[in-house]
Amino acid sequence: MGKMPDGTQSTGTVDEQMEHDPTLPAPAVEDSVREAEERKWTPLRIGVWVAISLLGGIAWFMLAIVRGEAVNAIWFVFASVCTYLIGYRFYSKVIERYLLKPNDRRATPAEYKADGKDYVRTDRNVLFGHHFAAIAGAGPLVGPVIAAQMGYLPGTIWIILGVVLAGAVQDYLVMFFSMRRGGRSLGQMAREELGVVGGTAALIATLLIMIIIVAILALVVVNALGESPWGVFSVGMTIPIALFMGVYLRFIRPGRVLEVSIIGFVLLLAAIIGGGAVASTEWGAAFFHLDKVTIAWGIIIYGFIAAVLPVWLLLAPRDYLSTFMKIGVIVMLALAIVVVRPEITVPAISEFASRENGPVFSGALFPFLFVTIACGALSGFHALISSGTTPKLIEKERQTRFIGYGGMLMESFVAIMALVAAISIDRGIYFAMNAPVALTGGTVESAAQWVNSLGLSGVNITPGDLAQTANDVGEPSIVSRSGGAPTLAVGLAHIMQQFIGGTAMMAFWYHFAIMFEALFILTAVDAGTRVARFMLQDSIGNFIPKFKEASWRPGAWLCTAIMVGAWGAVLLLGVTDPLGGINTFFPLFGIANQLLAAIALAVCMAIAAKGGAFKYLWIVALPLVFAAVVTITASMHKIFSPVPAVGYFANNAAFSKALDEGKTSFGTARTVEAMEAVVRNTMIQGVLSVIFVVLSIIVIITAIIATLRSIRDGGGHSHEDPGRPSRVYAPAGLIPTPAERELMAEWAKVPLEKRLETPRHH
Amino acid sequence: MRRAISGLRSFAAYLGAVMGADAYGKYLEHHAASGHSGRPMTEREFWRDRTDRQDVSPQGRCC
Repeated sequence: MGKMPDGTQSTGTVDEQMEHDPTLPAPAVEDSVREAEERKWTPLRIGVWVAISLLGGIAWFMLAIVRGEAVNAIWFVFASVCTYLIGYRFYSKVIERYLLKPNDRRATPAEYKADGKDYVRTDRNVLFGHHFAAIAGAGPLVGPVIAAQMGYLPGTIWIILGVVLAGAVQDYLVMFFSMRRGGRSLGQMAREELGVVGGTAALIATLLIMIIIVAILALVVVNALGESPWGVFSVGMTIPIALFMGVYLRFIRPGRVLEVSIIGFVLLLAAIIGGGAVASTEWGAAFFHLDKVTIAWGIIIYGFIAAVLPVWLLLAPRDYLSTFMKIGVIVMLALAIVVVRPEITVPAISEFASRENGPVFSGALFPFLFVTIACGALSGFHALISSGTTPKLIEKERQTRFIGYGGMLMESFVAIMALVAAISIDRGIYFAMNAPVALTGGTVESAAQWVNSLGLSGVNITPGDLAQTANDVGEPSIVSRSGGAPTLAVGLAHIMQQFIGGTAMMAFWYHFAIMFEALFILTAVDAGTRVARFMLQDSIGNFIPKFKEASWRPGAWLCTAIMVGAWGAVLLLGVTDPLGGINTFFPLFGIANQLLAAIALAVCMAIAAKGGAFKYLWIVALPLVFAAVVTITASMHKIFSPVPAVGYFANNAAFSKALDEGKTSFGTARTVEAMEAVVRNTMIQGVLSVIFVVLSIIVIITAIIATLRSIRDGGGHSHEDPGRPSRVYAPAGLIPTPAERELMAEWAKVPLEKRLETPRHH
Repeated sequence: MRRAISGLRSFAAYLGAVMGADAYGKYLEHHAASGHSGRPMTEREFWRDRTDRQDVSPQGRCC
């Protein structure tokens, strides 16, 4: 691509190549008209933005400065939504205008590669929903809950500011660059931009990170379902329901996606209600009362079968169900919070914010808060979704801001709502639920005693409170139900029963929440295993070509088994971990996810530098530096910290020493086997941390080298697909501007056959 | 009342589109526009082909 002497990218040369069909209206709003429209500040417009800023300011003031007895949840909604609007309108515009420079005269892959199947121009609002459903899952529902240990304010600030300056930026950049490259994946872009070393490191890191992410998501499900007959029954029922939907769609009524989803949803509700009935019978309670290890094995076996079964039978219908639930749940949660407006009594900054031995997750606020909340603020996994699928469906280049940046803002809002739901419950109950059994002792009496001994202000619970809550939500116990999902479910049940149904409905809402979290996670586990399997097959295929054939059964089965074995092993370590699993493993999940973000941002920086936009590289460098500092510091703590609660190797050494001294119990491990388990787990966690951080540093360094080389040379060779003239038009954002409406009206006059004609005729 | 029904209908259409229920219609549109000479796949064939292709090109789902 041509460059101007001042180093900025010129779009002029591309435009010259893209002469559009004179018989058609323009494929883009004239630049000068658009500029004038964007810069015209009418009094009304000024008034609206002043009002948004004021409201947002007041909301932040209420959350951060005012210290009353309680703060109303509505302020969380105002603070987040107003900040998102400002970030979207102003910051993402800066990125668009100075860094990415989308050009609507240029056809998108959905237009020039149109095949009616994978490359299909999709209405921007539909694609927004589609992309959102692909990126959002259980992550933003779990991280903020766990992070609430430090009070609500640190998490809230990170979720809202993090998304505006980092998370949404990453998604937007990756999506745009992938779109300009015909929908290439992050791995392919890394290889192109960073060379063999950087590209290979990025590939291995991605594969390992996916294993960790899938394992820890599965751990969340296991913790939510352990010793919960009702949960096991209703979540288990999702499998036959999905199979039925699959058969229905394949043989009975192909293509009736919405219809079958509604049927599936009704069956799901029946499974939740039926679960209550089954769990209350003696045989049901006995049969579905499974310990965590059994459930973990169940998920491992299920994961393997789901990944080798044809997609139509299990994965596709489950995905429909999950998407349907996702949109429903988010709308419901937002409505409930706005209508009920719970009072939050949790302190803004808790006693644990300044300590590094919190019971829910260990480590100091910096850097561990920023890895505990990954999804919702900055999630590297999104880079895998934003490259590949969505870019093949985008209709016009300018829509990437709405879909990429806007879609991530939406996920952040989900995280805020999850935080609100989790902190609306009593703090004593929160700690009793989220601390490992090793601390709470597992019974209501010991848990209440332990919570009260923490000396937290305003916390005083009785064993009766814990028993009552368990009874309300229809569970045998809520003590040490760590992992975030059960806490969110209690919070959601607490809010929803004030909205619909009263206390009698609490058990239903609790299990409804567990159900959708499990559904999202199992969908991510299925899809993650499958994606990882293909990545592995592809990598092995470089040495043994036979493995590249996707239809070669032995290869597919072997690679699936390796992948399931890998995450299954980590899952079992987590489940049997005497230190509580989530407490020590969740930081690893966050670190893995953020390292992937650092890798994605590093690739984006190298690409942006090749394009010559040196003056605005700080837009990418800012989140990259932050993610790199946070994750590398967190990894260093985990590797080198002398505090056993934080450092894996310190813990390993402490337990090894105790074993050598012939002790039969040490710290929270009460038996020799448990002590040996700690030694093994900490070693594996430690080694994984070292591998991750080394690989990521390699990727970041290669990206910095590529960037510096581009700066020295004044740019570099672009791997973009050649520009082709666009023959379609669609507006950029949710609401079309007057100029966009005018152009749309012109296009509406063009006869349909002429508009649909593609330029690909040979 | 009529307004409510049409609102509900357009919401259902939106939800369906987000889930990809309109994929066959889009395929037919593309087939007609690109001037392929062969007949398009039937609805049943199309959906079969769609899920079978997903078998070898999986889509990620995020956490």
